[in-house]
Amino acid sequence: MLNELAHFSLNIALGFAVLGTIIPLLGATLRRSSWMQLASVFATLQFLLVAFAFGVLTLAFVKSDFSLRLVVLNSHTLKPMIYKIAGVWGNHEGSLLLWILILTFFAACAAIFGRRLPQSLLARVLGVQSAITTAFLAFVLLTSNPFTRVAFPPFNGQGLNPLLQDPGLAFHPPFLYLGYVGLSITFSFAIAALLEGKVDSAWGRWVRPWTLAAWIFLTIGIGLGSWWAYYELGWGGFWFWDPVENASFMPWLISSALLHSAIVVEKRDTLKTWTILLAILAFGFSLIGTFIVRSGVLTSVHAFANDPERGVFILMILAVFFGGALLLFALRAKAMDSRGIFAPVSRESALIANNLLLAISCFVVFVGTVWPLVAELLMDRKLSVGPPFFDLAFTPFMVGLAVILPIGSTLPWKRARRVHITRLWPVALLCLAIFGLAWAMQTGRSLIGPVGLGLGVWLVMGVAIELYQRCGRGAGKARRLLRLPLADWGKAIAHAGLGITIFGVAGITAWQVEDIRVLEIGQSAEVAGFTITLEAVEDRRGPNYLTTMADVALSKQGNPIAMLHPERRYYPVAEMPTTEAGIDSGVWRDVYVVVGDAQAEGGYAVRIFIKPLANWIWTGAIIMALGGFLSLFDRRYRLAPGAARDPGRVALP
Amino acid sequence: MRGLKKQRRIQVIVLALVCLVGATGLIGFALRDGINLFRSPTQVAEAAPAPGEVFRLGGLVAQGSIRKGEGVHFYFDITDGANTVAVKYIGTDLPPDLFEEGQGTIATGRFADGLFEATEILAKHDETYMPKEVIDALKEQGVYQGGEGS
Repeated sequence: MLNELAHFSLNIALGFAVLGTIIPLLGATLRRSSWMQLASVFATLQFLLVAFAFGVLTLAFVKSDFSLRLVVLNSHTLKPMIYKIAGVWGNHEGSLLLWILILTFFAACAAIFGRRLPQSLLARVLGVQSAITTAFLAFVLLTSNPFTRVAFPPFNGQGLNPLLQDPGLAFHPPFLYLGYVGLSITFSFAIAALLEGKVDSAWGRWVRPWTLAAWIFLTIGIGLGSWWAYYELGWGGFWFWDPVENASFMPWLISSALLHSAIVVEKRDTLKTWTILLAILAFGFSLIGTFIVRSGVLTSVHAFANDPERGVFILMILAVFFGGALLLFALRAKAMDSRGIFAPVSRESALIANNLLLAISCFVVFVGTVWPLVAELLMDRKLSVGPPFFDLAFTPFMVGLAVILPIGSTLPWKRARRVHITRLWPVALLCLAIFGLAWAMQTGRSLIGPVGLGLGVWLVMGVAIELYQRCGRGAGKARRLLRLPLADWGKAIAHAGLGITIFGVAGITAWQVEDIRVLEIGQSAEVAGFTITLEAVEDRRGPNYLTTMADVALSKQGNPIAMLHPERRYYPVAEMPTTEAGIDSGVWRDVYVVVGDAQAEGGYAVRIFIKPLANWIWTGAIIMALGGFLSLFDRRYRLAPGAARDPGRVALP
Repeated sequence: MRGLKKQRRIQVIVLALVCLVGATGLIGFALRDGINLFRSPTQVAEAAPAPGEVFRLGGLVAQGSIRKGEGVHFYFDITDGANTVAVKYIGTDLPPDLFEEGQGTIATGRFADGLFEATEILAKHDETYMPKEVIDALKEQGVYQGGEGS
């Protein structure tokens, strides 16, 4: 009964989404205030109806209601509760419903917080957002209905892919979707601004918190995914340049650019057309990502059950929204006149350079990701683009970005003087010295280690110098430092986080030590000064799996450090084995041990990695997200200085 | 003021073009080393790849073909029904969890003296998924069993 009601409420939501598209957009064109007012009502109703449907689906998973096909395919009574709930979005249909829930949630937020926006702008934003909701609701109802019933409910379900039964992955999709879909609201703002024919600094101030929120969620989502891949897949890598990883990385790169260009719109009233284009591109890449993940056109480790029909539908959504938006942009972009002017050496120029580098690096990732498709369609050749391509073509732009970042962030707006740059000289020299030292100490290894080390220090020290300068001269420095706007703290912390991530990536890439060998019980291996002893291997039983667990003792020069327990699990319900690495985490290095199958002649294959600075990668990502979070609470988004000049034009995110 | 804005805009566009050209050049350069062609056993049998070329070989792991080698290395055969290629796994990673006889796999490596030396092997990632290239290769030989697009 509830399930039918939920299915029905999705249909009603589709109806409201259609109405919520047509009436507000028409109302804004015809200047009918009463029509425009309906936009908020429709947005709220859509959210409530979709939330109800999502709640019912969650309940069905919690109660293991096997009359639903989706629950049968993706759940099992033996599964721990947290993974029953995670099972809601651990599949195609459910995750799309989550996607729509977030879509309508953001629309409802815009309706609530946007009451002080100009009426026509708000009506257009919500109208565009409803149009996106319409497309996705139609997609769910026509091709991927989560409420499909089975005629004869089985006694138990078929379980969930064991790889997904992990806390890291349980929360990875929701964060990623919050990020992907958060970009839809910036997209709606961009389209609304194009329809209005007006972009001003108030618009920039409005768009930035939304972009920032989406960016924070994307950062956390990507970080969680990478961390999960590191400890769960048993390959010891943190990034594989897999098409689906790239699909989440491209919107991140573009939204990072958007984040910075929106500041220029807000503070300097220039770079408007570019910012609008970025807002369109950011959501466009989210849609492209969805297409890549759901259609299965590219071979990837992320296996959703793929279906060509779904791919075609998403391609149509992509064509309509992305193509339509770009067309509108081409027609209307001329109307955006920029006012601010700036010198070649200024914060504006530095931010343009930041935007160029981020956009180009996104372009590189995009080409690498779709190249197999292009080659197959045009040249009829099957090929794959591997990490060597990305390492070579992507890294230089990131290095360039990291080099200009501390310089750009200390430059003043409009025009910089020599002194603004020369005061960074000591730090630059220090970093060069560190680079040289690291290079001299390692012989014949990858250059990426010393470069990343130098850049990481450069970023973090650059932040320190900037903060020091911001608190001015004379007494009361500490007090002034604490009184800096939260946005400045956010900026500093996020930039330092990037430095820490670069540091970690360089460390793990350049100085990793790896080893594989066959060890018999009681035998030891010496790797990079560590002694790894395989002490025992025994079979055990978990809540819904069987496991072969090894006891591996880790010691250094006779001093025991830790006992690791790498496992090979077998999930009988899914008939699937998984590998669990045994990891001893440390600040400076991780020791990562995987135990393989028993060998015919006795003993076990043991794979050992010493991974320097591994945890710095994810720590940096969390720090970046924290910086964004602080920035979100800056006073100016609450008090909005523009309000005095331009009443009724400002609202809260 | 008008002139300055125009000048600035032209500078930015020129800079963007320079970046784009640079990126395209870099992409072209990197694509030469960074791509691996996919071949099925039949394609390998028809036209032997140049020695030393790294490519990806995909098909099913032949029944009863997995044999232990020295240390953690091992041998197996990849087949697409019509032709079979002998593979020696010389990689440093442990074989993936779902690597089994009769299952789809893609091995990356080079061809030397009739033996494919694989440094990396992929298996399917869950029960319902098989790499698209492998499905296509099997369909070409008419031995593919399974639903459309599974």
